[in-house]
Amino acid sequence: MLQKKTFTIDGMHCASCVKILEKALCRVEGVDNAVVNLATTQATVAFDPKRVTDEHLKSAVANVGYHAQLGAEEKSEDEQTLQKTKELKELKIKVAISLFFGLLILWGSFPQIMETAPQILRNFKVMLLLAIPVQFWAGLSFYKATIPALKHRTANMDTLVALGTSVAFSYSAIVTFFPGIIEKIGIDPMPYFDVSTIIIGLILLGRYFEARAKAGTSEAIKKLIGLQAKTARVVKDGKEVDIPIEQVAIGNIIRVRPGEKIPVDGVILEGESSIDESMVTGESIPTDKTKGDTVIGATINKTGTFTYKATKVGKDTMLAQIIKLVQEAQGSKAPIQRLADQVSAYFVPVVIMLAIATFAIWYIFGPNPVLLFALLNTIAVLIIACPCAMGLATPTAIMVGTGKGAEMGILIKDATSLETAHKVNTIIFDKTGTLTVGKPKVTDIVAGDKIKKDEILKLAASIEKGSEHSLAEAIVTHAENQKAKLYKVSNFKAIPGMGVEGMISAKTVSFGNTKLASLRQVALGKWAKNIETLEAEGKTVMILSVGTKLIGLIAVADTPKESARAGVKELIKQGIEPVMITGDNERTAKAIASQLGIKRILAEVLPAEKEAQVRQIQKEGKVVAMVGDGINDAPALAAADVGIAMGSGTDVAIEAADITLINKDLRSVAAAIDLSKKTMRTIKLNLFWAFGYNVLLIPVAMGALYPFFNILLNPIFASVAMATSSVSVVTNSLLLKRWHKAK
Amino acid sequence: MNADDILVAIFSFLGMAFTYWFFLMKKEEVVSVTNSVNIIVEGGYSPNAISIPQGKTTKISFTRSDPSGCLEEVVLGDFKIRKFLPLGKKVTIEVTPKKKGDFSFTCGMNMFHGKIKVV
Repeated sequence: MLQKKTFTIDGMHCASCVKILEKALCRVEGVDNAVVNLATTQATVAFDPKRVTDEHLKSAVANVGYHAQLGAEEKSEDEQTLQKTKELKELKIKVAISLFFGLLILWGSFPQIMETAPQILRNFKVMLLLAIPVQFWAGLSFYKATIPALKHRTANMDTLVALGTSVAFSYSAIVTFFPGIIEKIGIDPMPYFDVSTIIIGLILLGRYFEARAKAGTSEAIKKLIGLQAKTARVVKDGKEVDIPIEQVAIGNIIRVRPGEKIPVDGVILEGESSIDESMVTGESIPTDKTKGDTVIGATINKTGTFTYKATKVGKDTMLAQIIKLVQEAQGSKAPIQRLADQVSAYFVPVVIMLAIATFAIWYIFGPNPVLLFALLNTIAVLIIACPCAMGLATPTAIMVGTGKGAEMGILIKDATSLETAHKVNTIIFDKTGTLTVGKPKVTDIVAGDKIKKDEILKLAASIEKGSEHSLAEAIVTHAENQKAKLYKVSNFKAIPGMGVEGMISAKTVSFGNTKLASLRQVALGKWAKNIETLEAEGKTVMILSVGTKLIGLIAVADTPKESARAGVKELIKQGIEPVMITGDNERTAKAIASQLGIKRILAEVLPAEKEAQVRQIQKEGKVVAMVGDGINDAPALAAADVGIAMGSGTDVAIEAADITLINKDLRSVAAAIDLSKKTMRTIKLNLFWAFGYNVLLIPVAMGALYPFFNILLNPIFASVAMATSSVSVVTNSLLLKRWHKAK
Repeated sequence: MNADDILVAIFSFLGMAFTYWFFLMKKEEVVSVTNSVNIIVEGGYSPNAISIPQGKTTKISFTRSDPSGCLEEVVLGDFKIRKFLPLGKKVTIEVTPKKKGDFSFTCGMNMFHGKIKVV
């Protein structure tokens, strides 16, 4: 009987690795089949367990230069969750027992209430018996972490807790067995087992809450991973077969029925449907798609049935890229963390030194009984110090912030981008395709006296046929709709930022903007008035000329996106100046900008000049974000302080941009900036709390308030403060989950 | 000041000096790595300083035997990597450094530190 095994392979980079590994594994005698998934870097092998061992598989993988995590290295999918659940369960029991025993000891030893306690609880040896399991079973983890750390000459919070509680426990044990010695030095022989046990109980309780809260910070990534479909219905030889997602290959034809999840990215071949892409793009309204449209894996097909061709599988799908990006962002370090990094390197040793100093000061200068004061204050210093809060302040907020962004279709490249984004005060929008729909349409054709409008369109479309410009597409499509027969064009030439020209019937025909007209010495004459009127309406006017004679005009307009005005308004509300950059002339640009509420325009900018324009605005002292499609604007995006690529999930866009907005809703730009501001506010608050807590309370624990107000910090209260400190930092980060886009 | 006080003062001073020397003045031993390295995670990282070549992919494996929650994650912030380290299991990551210099790796709570020297 065949057995199936899934294991992780290290060192895979590309699709060819998949092939090599599959071949190598299939070649092992006894292996029935092997499927390798690049996205998860896992192999699933079906084999005869009598003939194949882990070693066989491992060496087959090693022979082709990879490493299989088999045997002791095997990882199950949700190992982290399982381990965490187990740990939390154990922790809960430890907390309950520690606090129960601790409270019993407290009842038997606390001055005002001990009289009500049964006699047995007032017995020091019984207290010791109750304290031992708490100290050495519940508190074992503190020792287990401290001893190897000391071997490496490092220390952490566990070291401080182990030291503090050991001091309390040891002193109490001495009191229990040798009360005479303590009495001789003038101290009432009372043990402090309540201090050691309750501190352990409370710190473990804090850890329990902290672990639960921390699990919430990585929820977004788990949700994203959970979105992936498990199977795909592939059409092969006219039959539909359900196959595992790992086996779907590029070019496979896949059928999707209503209510089903689309397995991988692709292009619709047949059928139409409404698709809910909210889980990937954050776009709440379902999108209607038909033949030729692209579909995204992991989105839900709502109404129709369609077949589509898989174009991206494995690690190339949009979902896999999003997961990778979010994981990377969550692993990155924010510049603001630097100070916490530096402090944390010295923190624990400095606290230990302060604890020693506290002991000496109280022993030498303190009131009687000096030893008791010195010991209790030393324990308070060791226990109150909370380096964890400083360590958790930034990364937890980054994790929640980037995760929340991903849920809304806002992908943040790293913590540095997030940090820079909150300082942005100017946002430059590329006009075409970003502020506008990007599908311009012919609105007006103006012909000269002796020529028909159809002829103008025919000539313009013929010459534009060879161009890749979006305006060219509008003209050619318009001509095709009119069923115009196009001319043959020779010597076609595109002049960037100006237009196109070529030879038709041995005559030079040029078609472009006024710059091209002036370059070719075409006089505008009476046409200038027409051009002015059309441009004032926000239309882009192109001039058709034969030789140096102007024979007609074609106006093309691109409509602003529905969300553009609201998106710009949101930014202005946040105090950010929106700027529009375009190749259009000033008048056309102004008309569009005024519709959207944008006051500053950078018009007639050639594609290659965009980067320089970005730098120019930076020179004014502005922190600039540039919003573009991420492909044509890559240099400008890279030059900006924050490059925002919009409406695209391609590799190029993600590479070039600091923030990628998967949906095309312009309000996402303001939302991304707002999210960065909120995340940074959370980080600052966390750091302020974490630093402030330690800076204020360590001196209090040392007894700084005693000379003035007779106030000393009981070590038990120190442990309450310490336990709540890191929990409150993580909880504050989790509050970011409540952030939502402005509606 | 009696004899007790003087003794306590001397021992405390020595204790503080020892703490400083013990934790903050330890010598760093950098292990030179060419292709791969295994780092044991127990009360810190062994080795805790490695040197790896620039522009080449190096496999760094972490095996955690320390149950401390502090060490359950390893973070290589400069390489945008944050990994959970299951207890007793080897987790391998790959880094291809583009720049020379010193980069740190830490536990999830930034308590334990290691260094990657890119040469």
